[in-house]
Amino acid sequence: MNRILKVTFVLLIVRPLALLLLGLNIRNRNKLPLKGPAIIAANHNSHLDTMVLFSLYPLSKVHKLRPIAAADYFLSNRFLAWFSLNVIGIIPISRTGASKKDDIFSDCHQALDQGDILILFPEGTRGEPERTSRLKKGIYYLVKDRNDVQIVPVVTHGLGRALPRGEALFVPFNCDVVIGDALTPVSSSSELINLLSTSYTNLLGNCLTYNKLD
Amino acid sequence: MIANVPEYSFYAMGGVIGVLVVATIIQFLLPLKNPDKDYSELRQRITSWWWIIGLLFIFLAVGGNAAIVFFAFISFLALKEFISIVPTRQADRNVVFWAYLSIPFQYYWVAIGWYGMFIIFIPVYMFLLFPMRMVLKGETEGFIKAAGILHWSVMLTVFSVSHVAYLLVLPVKNELAGGVGLVLFLLFMTQFNDVSQYVWGKLFGKHKIIPKVSPNKTWEGFLGGLLTITLVAGFVAPYLTPLTQMQGFIAGILISASGFFGDVVISSVKRDLHIKDSGNLLPGHGGILDRMDSLIYTSPLFFHYIYYLHY
Repeated sequence: MNRILKVTFVLLIVRPLALLLLGLNIRNRNKLPLKGPAIIAANHNSHLDTMVLFSLYPLSKVHKLRPIAAADYFLSNRFLAWFSLNVIGIIPISRTGASKKDDIFSDCHQALDQGDILILFPEGTRGEPERTSRLKKGIYYLVKDRNDVQIVPVVTHGLGRALPRGEALFVPFNCDVVIGDALTPVSSSSELINLLSTSYTNLLGNCLTYNKLD
Repeated sequence: MIANVPEYSFYAMGGVIGVLVVATIIQFLLPLKNPDKDYSELRQRITSWWWIIGLLFIFLAVGGNAAIVFFAFISFLALKEFISIVPTRQADRNVVFWAYLSIPFQYYWVAIGWYGMFIIFIPVYMFLLFPMRMVLKGETEGFIKAAGILHWSVMLTVFSVSHVAYLLVLPVKNELAGGVGLVLFLLFMTQFNDVSQYVWGKLFGKHKIIPKVSPNKTWEGFLGGLLTITLVAGFVAPYLTPLTQMQGFIAGILISASGFFGDVVISSVKRDLHIKDSGNLLPGHGGILDRMDSLIYTSPLFFHYIYYLHY
């Protein structure tokens, strides 16, 4: 049932939105992981980030995509919670930091075990439009005891202009989506963060809409 | 009239499809001759051409408002692409939205044939309105640049391109070609000019014209293209347009020379932004602006040339 909802949503809303109202400049589409367990580590500027990633996948695979999303925001009211859980298929996660690390990640591990592809935004928030905030270390603690998960960095640019945080008016803009090489295994959280931010900087250089003069 | 298209225009469409069929056959034969060479970009280019020509001809054949809406949509894609590669301020999202809104208005003036409004709406009213909207937002940092960029974008992608659509609503002076004939003439000469300048340049190119902007543009290519298009335009014009053969030769010179400048103006924009393509909507070509660059210059100039002579 949820799978049908999600496929319908992607087919009727997400894809027309991404194709006509946005328009994507996609680089290295072949590097996108089509099989789980995998994690897409993307930068975050807009709610559209998730939609754009959904639009890149064949309909037969979209149910495998599971965005990791903040429970305090996406479960804040009944409608949003229903939509996030049943249509988007988010894995809610607590940002308050009260619970223990293992408990926080148990749903993520379960999803990875069944071959899902997690979408994770290491910045943790959309933040200022078109600026990358400091990367958080959670992603390292999620994968450190697993060796079956590949982390694929993805950079989007332009979505923070189309629909930035706190704005209701959608304005059409072409956006870039650049997919990077899967990260090599690491032994510490700072090493992972360094690899990831280096990768983001390189990928950003391939964006047509990223202005070096800014 | 054949299939809702006047006779000569129908044959012109048939001719273009013939050329595309030949190109497609060559594209299949080339890899057999040189199995080691990579022809994927050529293949993508031709596939994209099929899409462009296919959609264009379908909408031109349906005609009426459908064809005008088609050109409005082209303007939308082009404006979106342009506004996405140039620097814009976050504060100007609202006024960018207004810029998009100018498209349905501009093409509505076209559809009802209100020439007076069509010709001043963007150069006068939008020119005044965009900065007004920006002032109300109150962000003065980068104001001059932002106002200039925005109005220029709309002039290039909406005002210029809408002249192609206006050719469709001019009173018909050549019954055997119709308004469609004018559009086909303009589009064909513009694109064929790109091709002939390229081919002449490849064959004989030596003396560079503007190496800083476009290192592949040579005097030999430019002049060879100019000669080719002038001759072809002179012989085709009496069939597809109200122009005489003499007027057709001059139309050819106009289209070839201005097409060259459209091409290098958009090239300069991309150079300034340090990008090679403006998008990747059309595989093998790049973005829609990469394909339409010459047309941005040829369409208003060709329009006013025939408007002056025959309307």
